[in-house]
Amino acid sequence: MDDRETPLLDELEEGDWPSFVAELKRAAEKSAMSADLLRQIERSYADNTGHWKRGGIVGVRGYGGGVVGRYSAMPEEFPGVKEFHTLRVNEPAGFYYTTEKLRELCDVWDKYGSGLLNLHGSTGDIILLGTTTENLQPCFDALGEIGFDLGGSGSAMRTLSCCVGQSRCEHACIDTMDVTHDLTMNFQMEIHRPAFPYKFKIKVSGCPNDCAAASARSDLAIIGVWRDAIEIDQQGVAEYVDEGFDLFNRVIRRCPTWALDWDAEEKRLKLTSEDCVHCMHCINEMPKALRVGQERGAAVLIGGKAPVVKGAMIGWVLVPFMRLEPPYQELKDLIVQVTEFWAEHGKNRERLAELIDRLGMPAFLEGIGVEPCPQMVDAPRSNPYLFWREEEVKHA
Amino acid sequence: MSYVDVNGKQIEVDEDGFICDPDLWNEEIVRCFARLEGVDELTDDHWKVIHYLRGYYRQFGIAPMIRKLCKETGFNLQRIYELFPSGPAKGACKLAGLPKPTGCV
Repeated sequence: MDDRETPLLDELEEGDWPSFVAELKRAAEKSAMSADLLRQIERSYADNTGHWKRGGIVGVRGYGGGVVGRYSAMPEEFPGVKEFHTLRVNEPAGFYYTTEKLRELCDVWDKYGSGLLNLHGSTGDIILLGTTTENLQPCFDALGEIGFDLGGSGSAMRTLSCCVGQSRCEHACIDTMDVTHDLTMNFQMEIHRPAFPYKFKIKVSGCPNDCAAASARSDLAIIGVWRDAIEIDQQGVAEYVDEGFDLFNRVIRRCPTWALDWDAEEKRLKLTSEDCVHCMHCINEMPKALRVGQERGAAVLIGGKAPVVKGAMIGWVLVPFMRLEPPYQELKDLIVQVTEFWAEHGKNRERLAELIDRLGMPAFLEGIGVEPCPQMVDAPRSNPYLFWREEEVKHA
Repeated sequence: MSYVDVNGKQIEVDEDGFICDPDLWNEEIVRCFARLEGVDELTDDHWKVIHYLRGYYRQFGIAPMIRKLCKETGFNLQRIYELFPSGPAKGACKLAGLPKPTGCV
């Protein structure tokens, strides 16, 4: 018999990388909840199954979400995690904190919870792990005192998140942090009071590099883009080449649409702008010589999601270009149109992409009042049959 | 499992306070649960929501989607939260004696 308390978990501390076990042990010294959490997880490894109950509906006054109920299935053995609810806390746009604010947050959580937290969940929230039903309301009130609010959970608009945008990045075509903050304030009802068929995520990236993973991880992705041509500093390009940069193999040959050409005699990089698909590759390779264009706005993509019912889907273009300036009314109207259509026609737990897949893109576009356009087309049609509506058929 | 005392009778509830046996539901239980969910006074509007939820549950065996609840009762989401501060799932369904609605986090 092993005399250590958690022989299986101890294995996870081996190696030269950080371990959640080491952190749990540190937390266990301060908190009885964390000590029991550690023991329950050890037990899960021994039994090869989790020991949490399914579901749980708990919350705070006026909110339908933001707290995820969690109960131990073995409360007699592990009383510290009998109730171990998670709070989702809305992160600041761009994930900027002062150390002072983080300390205040940790003080609240040491007082009312396990002291364990997770920065950040995949939706972007600050995840506070483990508190009791009794402590939920006072904890929420204390969070409010230091300027934090809960995020979204359940069938609601989820906490929005964004890349750092113009605060730290020269590629950002839009003020991602302001868009995120503005939309968050605008959609408070949709975030805190779940009334959708299922979750709805919005993420904002400043450029097509998509550091917020918006196209893959959000039902509605807002991605900064430019409408004119990439700005080329020919002197800068020449310097790259003179310094031995392999322009042909690293840039020209890697352009997905062959939109770039290099005139070696004149030392000029030529761009056929109408062929450019804004993939960012050339700009990423030569940031000192190439820049995003001047006429900036955002593309809106729709339907990205991780797999649950149907497989993972990547978002596709709904609006190829939209100017984004406060108060972002056009964008807000579009979001309302889309979510209204989905709420009206979606089945329980049907993500937006799955609804569009079921009804067809033409029905969706008609429902939200958006005209089809070529940029929505991902690939040429392979099916020779086409359905026309009665009114579209002209009789000879 | 835990129990809630309703006028001397012990009613079995789950850890979130939802009734375990929906057949035991009666108006006394509603009054008792109402106090626990921050509903001070049960008005006609409260009863309208509660009776709608019970009717739907009897017919279909599940709770309705929230949008449907709003449409059928004529109360918007704001009004539902005014009536039931802990929300339609945790508040209204609990008072209506429905078993705990399942939902995704």
